[in-house]
Amino acid sequence: MTLTRRSLMATAALGTAMLALPAGRVFGKTAPLARPIPSSGEQIPSIGLGSWITFNVGDDTALQAECTAVMAAFFAGGGRMIDSSPMYGSSQAVIGRGLATLGRPDTLFSAEKVWTSSGTNGPAQIEQTRRLWGVERFDLLQVHNLAGWEAHLDTLFAMKAAGRLRYVGITTSEGRRHDLVEQIMQRHPLDFVQLSYNPVDRDAEQRLLPLAAERGIAVIVNRPFQQGALTRRLDGEPLPQWAAEVGATSWAQLILKFILAEPAVTVVIPATTRVDHVRENLAAAGGALPDRDLRGRIAAHIGAL
Amino acid sequence: MSEWWTYRLDDFLLFSPRVYWRLFEAQNAALWPLHLATTLAGLVLVLVILRWPGRAMLWTGLLLGPVWALVGWSFLLQRYAGINWAVAYAAPAFFVQALLLLAAALVPGGPLMGRLDAIANTGLGLALAGLLLYPALPFVTGRPLAGAEMFGIAPDPTVLVTIGLLLMARGRWLAVLLPIPLLWCLFSGLTLLAMGEAQAWPMLATSMLAAVLGALRLRRRAP
Ligand SMILES: NC(=O)c1ccc[n+]([C@@H]2O[C@H](COP(=O)([O-])OP(=O)(O)OC[C@H]3O[C@@H](n4cnc5c(N)ncnc54)[C@H](OP(=O)(O)O)[C@@H]3O)[C@@H](O)[C@H]2O)c1
Repeated sequence: MTLTRRSLMATAALGTAMLALPAGRVFGKTAPLARPIPSSGEQIPSIGLGSWITFNVGDDTALQAECTAVMAAFFAGGGRMIDSSPMYGSSQAVIGRGLATLGRPDTLFSAEKVWTSSGTNGPAQIEQTRRLWGVERFDLLQVHNLAGWEAHLDTLFAMKAAGRLRYVGITTSEGRRHDLVEQIMQRHPLDFVQLSYNPVDRDAEQRLLPLAAERGIAVIVNRPFQQGALTRRLDGEPLPQWAAEVGATSWAQLILKFILAEPAVTVVIPATTRVDHVRENLAAAGGALPDRDLRGRIAAHIGAL
Repeated sequence: MSEWWTYRLDDFLLFSPRVYWRLFEAQNAALWPLHLATTLAGLVLVLVILRWPGRAMLWTGLLLGPVWALVGWSFLLQRYAGINWAVAYAAPAFFVQALLLLAAALVPGGPLMGRLDAIANTGLGLALAGLLLYPALPFVTGRPLAGAEMFGIAPDPTVLVTIGLLLMARGRWLAVLLPIPLLWCLFSGLTLLAMGEAQAWPMLATSMLAAVLGALRLRRRAP
């Protein structure tokens, strides 16, 4: 296996990050903004870590080390929630190896999904996923894209009642099936809902975000950077002067601050392959957040570019 | 899948191009210098087909069968399926193709190699391109040479060479021997397209070519 310059740097970063990782809790001066999960009151840092594509590196040991370095930097910076799914190829196994290498940080908040249209296959898939992560139980299990949602919700609520799961949720993305998401949010005692939201994808503002606030459902925001399409588009564009008003030093931070300024949002889960990006993303949850007026300017400015 | 019309091709891409291209570097490092043997065997086979077409199908099946099994196992199952679960379902088709190629070589009444008409010449060109030009793509794409895709080691050139050689043959067997390679070209071509790689086009073009020329070949089958 050939090593890349980035993977060598990642290994070095992993070393430093692990040294910086205390055995117990890592919250301190660097802890990012935390928000309560409405159904329990538990505080959760509002920047999480996604794993779609970025952590699907198969058996490539050099790239696995890069992923571990990203996770190490994430925990060192006070991050807790890592999100994955059986749909994401080798990501679950890569997370499991990374957690083992990092000595299974006890601050981890594991967010997984069940992804099969068959209700009967759900429990076996969840068990397989649990083994890949190497955790005793998951903090959160979500029905991925609502596939087989009725049967899976039965399973998940039963697991929660039996103490084998802490929170239950559902996911959607890119504005799909918001009608059904809304119905499920209204009828079932969900702890979490996951959806796409960013300055240019704002459908969720119409009904889902207000409903989540009203029903006390925590919101996880996926695709904050439109899978990188948004950050790539803005790359090279000058950051407006007024970004400094909220302490944003990059487009990525300005986007994350825009999202976090929405009070219904609990956690945003950008995915990355880079240690510098995970740090930059965590830092976005520190300092001021834009007010209504500034949010309007951010959305208008980014939308026009 | 519900609301399938809202999905784009790249929504189905599970991995980054960087991870994909590194698969070939790992595969090459693991199997080197088998590449030399597979390429040489491929070139010798082309010579045999041209010089002694009578028994050439036997050698074609005896070379291509094991090569399909090798690529299916060592690349699709051992590497590619790790980042793309859809490939775990495609790999058995490689083993089926391996058996079909062996069967076509060994059973009486299998396909026959013969006169070089326009279709066979196109097939010859395709086989040579798969053997010699495809591995040279890094010189055009700027990717590391260590990740060159070669016949008998990586699926795409193996499939291109197979389609090329099959187009040099005649007989009903083509109807069972061409579909799997053709479908792979389509699958791989669409994957490369989703990755935004120009390399998608030779694969997609070959799937079209195989469909059209294969159909023509079957229609003009010798009585
Ligand atoms: N239906 C569902 O349940 C669903 C659907 C979609 C997503 N999700 C979840 O949500 C997570 C996030 O969504 P996503 O991965 O699709 O997209 P995303 O987080 O919007 O974008 C990821 C991309 O952004 C880039 N990036 C990250 N931080 C950056 C920074 N500071 N500056 C510049 N670029 C940066 C990354 O590139 P680098 O590697 O170069 O940093 C990566 O390619 C997923 O990983 C997944 O866990 C769930």
